[in-house]
Amino acid sequence: MTKKQIELSVKEVSVVEKPANRARLVKAPEHFIAQELIADINSNGLDETRRGFLRKGFFSALGTAAAGLAAPMTFAADEGDPAILEKQEWQTTLGKNVATMPYGVPSVYESNLIRRESPGLTRVSAASVAFTPLQGLFGTITPNGLHFERHHQGWYNLNPETHRLMVNGMVKNARVFTMNDLMRLPSVSRTHFIECGANTGLEWGNVAVPTVQYTHGMLSCCEFTGVPLKILLEECGADLKKGKFMLAEGGDGSGMTRTINLESCLDDTIVAWSMNGEMLRPENGFPLRLVVPGVQGVSWVKWLRRLEVGDMPWNAKDEAVHYIELMPDGMHRQYASIQECKSVITTPSGGQQLLDKGFYNVSGMAWSGRGRIKRVDVSFDGGNNWRTARLETPILTKSITRFNIDWVWDGSPAILQSRAVDDTGYVQPSIKMLRDARGNRSIYHNNAIQSWKLDSNGEVSNVQVG
Amino acid sequence: MFRLDKLFTHLTLLALAIFSAQLAGAQSMQGASKFPGIGRSATPAEVIAWDIDVRPDFKGLPKGSGSVEQGQVIWESKCASCHGVFGESNEIFTPIAGGTTADDIKTGKVVSLTDRKQPQRTTLMKVPTVSTLWDYIYRAMPWNAPRSLTPDETYALVAFVLSLGEIVPDDFVLSNTNIAEVQKKMPNRNGMTRNHGFWSVSGKPDINSQACMNNCVKFVQVGSTLPDFARNAHGNIAEQNRLYGPYRGSDSTKPPLAKLPGSTGEGLAHAAETHAASTKGPATLFKNENCSACHAPNAKLVGPSIADISIKYQGQSGAVDKLMAKVKNGGSGVWGSIPMPPQSQLSDEDRKTLVVWVLSGGK
Repeated sequence: MTKKQIELSVKEVSVVEKPANRARLVKAPEHFIAQELIADINSNGLDETRRGFLRKGFFSALGTAAAGLAAPMTFAADEGDPAILEKQEWQTTLGKNVATMPYGVPSVYESNLIRRESPGLTRVSAASVAFTPLQGLFGTITPNGLHFERHHQGWYNLNPETHRLMVNGMVKNARVFTMNDLMRLPSVSRTHFIECGANTGLEWGNVAVPTVQYTHGMLSCCEFTGVPLKILLEECGADLKKGKFMLAEGGDGSGMTRTINLESCLDDTIVAWSMNGEMLRPENGFPLRLVVPGVQGVSWVKWLRRLEVGDMPWNAKDEAVHYIELMPDGMHRQYASIQECKSVITTPSGGQQLLDKGFYNVSGMAWSGRGRIKRVDVSFDGGNNWRTARLETPILTKSITRFNIDWVWDGSPAILQSRAVDDTGYVQPSIKMLRDARGNRSIYHNNAIQSWKLDSNGEVSNVQVG
Repeated sequence: MFRLDKLFTHLTLLALAIFSAQLAGAQSMQGASKFPGIGRSATPAEVIAWDIDVRPDFKGLPKGSGSVEQGQVIWESKCASCHGVFGESNEIFTPIAGGTTADDIKTGKVVSLTDRKQPQRTTLMKVPTVSTLWDYIYRAMPWNAPRSLTPDETYALVAFVLSLGEIVPDDFVLSNTNIAEVQKKMPNRNGMTRNHGFWSVSGKPDINSQACMNNCVKFVQVGSTLPDFARNAHGNIAEQNRLYGPYRGSDSTKPPLAKLPGSTGEGLAHAAETHAASTKGPATLFKNENCSACHAPNAKLVGPSIADISIKYQGQSGAVDKLMAKVKNGGSGVWGSIPMPPQSQLSDEDRKTLVVWVLSGGK
């Protein structure tokens, strides 16, 4: 198979294999495509004529499916579920070959869970955000294709062969490293969350967005692999006594620059080339990015090309004009970097619809830029009474911890909240406490307790309490 | 002879000194390296090429100068399309100028940050240092052609931006010799604080909440909810959740359900068309080919909006061919002076798809 054909097959899959319908009992659209056509495509590939046939077959399948929806399948108790009694297509025909998808993609039934922009948040998509669909994720690791995106001047596929990392400034010897060099160095693999400093920033004043994708979706968590920053700086003879600051610079058009606190970050910062076992995705800095655990995402400079050790902060644009926090007295907090302890319930969450009363495993994520999660409490009555949730392992420092709690919903309205405590003893605050301390124009570092209101019709919505 | 001898001796000693210094340097590098064979020294030319940052103490600032007048000429050709003629535009990026006063320049603290009379925070209301403006403009502007400005052009543009805030007079020439003096006039130079616990992992938090477990609030009051008009502002939430499993998305194109849909979901009113948006089609093409970098559905960005284009060409015969040619070869003058670059990378089929879609108003 040539590269072109591979791309084609991936693109076309939404036509060939679009989910039939949300009703469980409707057969897949393939069923409506003539066997001859499938055989023809298998041997001769897709061209426009064959695509036309496919579309026709697909639309007639949709029509049938829609008709099927109007009368949902029910069955008498003494008969049984047709999903069991009837033979399904996938039980009675031959399945697809290995490597039909040389790079695998999620099931077509998962196509709703994608990164999305928040309409109106930014006016230029090259300097914007695409949010991670937290409402559909499990566990702690963010799949690479769903990792949130934030670019300041667009993204590129940088050529790794010509990519260079320069280390200069207060070092004995300014050095240049290629990817060949860097990937020979001793590496570590560590799981950390990355959260944009502006995550939940839309909600400082009031409820503004409907779902957890938009309230908290500038959050991801990956296993990163790379060389510890300390090894690189020591190799270059960095003067770490006088050089308490480091400029990290990106190779994109914005030449992204951020000042890193070497006193606080030297020990766990990684110059990373890998996320979740494969190379970084281009949207996330391929082939090299800085990983600064616990610190807001803007400092995790992507397409990393230069590190400069210095004796004062740089006051770069994104630390003197943006990523500064307006306080009620008119002062801006500058160089606020740490992401404090925070949590959110992801299922059920805003915009979701429960089908019925009864048992639910209420689940969410907790994380802290200062250490490990110690405890998560969950309230179902808007914060009046709390129960402690189960923490799933592993519980790693500066990483997402998954929590779960059993709940039997009696069908009456409820307000769900989660409250995390980290191993420094810090307790996640309410939005009211945050506003009392910092006003409502800060934009950044909103780590408030999130409230989801569940109505008796099963719909969950975003609310703020107090 | 004596003097020559002395000179010779001096030269020899000097050469020896240099040689031994180099030797010592090389030895110490070899001795220090734990990873032989990895990396190499950067050449001075390489460091100069990449180390372009300018700090608040102006370390790294190249020599040069530029006037407000020169800056205005560059501004109007390279910057005004996004930022407005006076840096006031809020169309594409947040405004650069506005909200600062002569008094702020004296005190170094911008009053409109507290009195809330200014609807939006401008760059000049926030930025404490001229070095920041110089560094950023030189490294990243213009938006679509970063690293294309010379140092003198950058001085001129910074001078022009400062003149918009009346920080320097209209006949000012900014240079590496007077830039530190100008920095002392920045309206918000005293407006930044690092007095907080967020710089270091061991910093002290500003909020100390308690983990109360029972009877924590007398009554729960909902202070804010999503307004009804925003229910569907992020698209249909049903299409942003799984279509199976316990947590579906609510159909935000419709009012909330009257009652629970039931365990099999038969009460969900989703129509067949509430399927995931196609990953193909003209709207996706429009985005993937970066048309959306300059054209928005309804608002003028760098180029005209889709709505404006469709209205202008409504009912005109030959509009498809005309616009297909424009997209391929580029054009200017119809919607203002900013030219549209040629999009020769598009296939004829994609070009037609896009033009037909734009002429339909993006429907």
